[in-house]
Amino acid sequence: MKSKMMKMAAVTGAALLTMFSLAGCGSNGASGNADVSSTVESSVQANNTVESSTQEESSTQEESSSVQEAETELSGTILMVGSTSMEKLANALAESFMAEYPGVTVNAEFVGSSAGVEAVNNGTADIGNSSRNLKDEEKEAGAVENIVAIDGIAVCVDPANTVTGLTKQQLTDIYTGAITNWSEVGGNDSPIIVVGREAGSGTRGAFEEILGVEDACAYANELDSTGAVMAKVASTPGAIGYVSLDAVDDSVVALALEGVEPTVENIKSGNYFLSRPFVMATKGEISEQSELVQAWFDYVLGEEGQSVAQTVGLITVN
Amino acid sequence: MEMKTIPDSVMRSSKSKETVEIIAQIIFTVCALFAILAVMAITAYMMIGGTPALLKVGIKEILFGTVWKPTAAEPQYGILYVILTSIVGTALAILIGVPIGILSAVFLAEVAPKRLAMIVKPAVELLAGIPSVIYGLLGIYLLNPLMYKLELFVFRNSTEHQYTGGANLLSAVLVLAIMILPTVINISETSIRAVPVHIKSASLALGATHIQTIFKAILPAARSGVVTAVVLGIGRAIGEAMAISLVSGSSVNLPLPFNSVRFLTTAIVSEMGYAQGTHRQVLFTIGLVLFVFIMIINITLNKILKKGGAEHE
Repeated sequence: MKSKMMKMAAVTGAALLTMFSLAGCGSNGASGNADVSSTVESSVQANNTVESSTQEESSTQEESSSVQEAETELSGTILMVGSTSMEKLANALAESFMAEYPGVTVNAEFVGSSAGVEAVNNGTADIGNSSRNLKDEEKEAGAVENIVAIDGIAVCVDPANTVTGLTKQQLTDIYTGAITNWSEVGGNDSPIIVVGREAGSGTRGAFEEILGVEDACAYANELDSTGAVMAKVASTPGAIGYVSLDAVDDSVVALALEGVEPTVENIKSGNYFLSRPFVMATKGEISEQSELVQAWFDYVLGEEGQSVAQTVGLITVN
Repeated sequence: MEMKTIPDSVMRSSKSKETVEIIAQIIFTVCALFAILAVMAITAYMMIGGTPALLKVGIKEILFGTVWKPTAAEPQYGILYVILTSIVGTALAILIGVPIGILSAVFLAEVAPKRLAMIVKPAVELLAGIPSVIYGLLGIYLLNPLMYKLELFVFRNSTEHQYTGGANLLSAVLVLAIMILPTVINISETSIRAVPVHIKSASLALGATHIQTIFKAILPAARSGVVTAVVLGIGRAIGEAMAISLVSGSSVNLPLPFNSVRFLTTAIVSEMGYAQGTHRQVLFTIGLVLFVFIMIINITLNKILKKGGAEHE
């Protein structure tokens, strides 16, 4: 009987292991996997890849001949320095760009937005990643703001909640624990259950940064995935949580903030405040950059780069 | 005459049989070494992975700090509440699960009619085979809403309490208690069945009732087996992550019944995904703490088993 039990335990263990490894793959981003395979492919049949990619590009872009020339000969190194929040986007873009142009190496360092912009202005980096708009003094020093994607966050409540909108102040008070009942913001008399993400999560970082409540939040639930937050909010009366805008579905209600609905249009127009631009700053306009950096921006702002941004849960800029 | 009793085949192939024996022995040794290698590698890895953070952040700051803010501008890595949660949560789960488990074992071994035992026994074994994530899901959909109602009732006059929507220590404890049941029942039952019949007969012959015999004669005689069951139950409870990560709420708080809490296991699982630098190293340190806990439990178990073996002799 004991051995039977051990067997059962082993099977359970194996199932768990599989599950963990699957979960691991999922959280590290599908892009990671896809990129590994595409990199291998490109190194094996580098010529083919370049050819096919140039064909694609030439059909979408006008100046086909000059681009083709540049692409086939591109080689060198691009150094990106900046925001830790942009790590997922920057790595995904770098990997797919390098798969497209095997001769190019893209190095990315993640030290923070301000340090990134400073590095560009000093000339120590080609591109400075910033997860906020550039400050005036940064622009005066020569940095140019190139927005490559937008990070939007939706605040959700369970469908039965009568509250449909909050102000920035109310949202801040709820997350810092100053407001604990929905009746204080015009809803029913029911306690607010504050749901958030775990420390280190990009969504949590963005949410707390935009609201200015870094490490001041009083979470009742710290869940480790977007799906878990959605499930908790959907099934718990009185719960409030935040997720990436693209994750919102019918199981929850996304609140309007300061009277603005969380839609892609409102985020692009800048009316919805719980969003932030992902900036890749350059010193001077893109057209003044080296051929290599210009090719990078062609790629990032082109169809493929924007679809990469979409796969990491961001809003495209065009 | 003596020789003829040995089959011919043995005589003829004695040489090849010898080689088979030797090869088999080598294979067995290699397999045994593999297990030892794995244990040594894990131990070494946990030590190497877990100690840098202890030295960098400070043993006192990690083990006795109460603030867990790993990503703040001035990060703090106190895991005292996390350690306490694991200890309190496991202890409560044992407190609930063990009496139920032992009484179920007594029922199966002594009281139950054979037919009923034949239904209960497979059910218990099935309980052991259910993946822990299923316990967690059921916890979310059944236990948490009930707990939330209880929470609303208990704290209806409180202004201080932070509502968790039912994801709290109690939910986790209940899930753990159910999860350790099969371990406790199976091992206790085996040890109760192993009690020599003469002890039971003697007790009954002296005029004790069946129930008196169970509690005064049989259970004391099966003591070492029951203790083993409890220790294995503790091991299972303290190492569980998946189920409780779904029902405990995962905020770092003092382990009070209605607080959202984080266990040692869930602390690692929930933050490993995006952790970097010192934060990541501290997660390894949490792993080391958990590893030490489980080592202590295993050593205790070995001691008990040895003592039990000596008693039988």
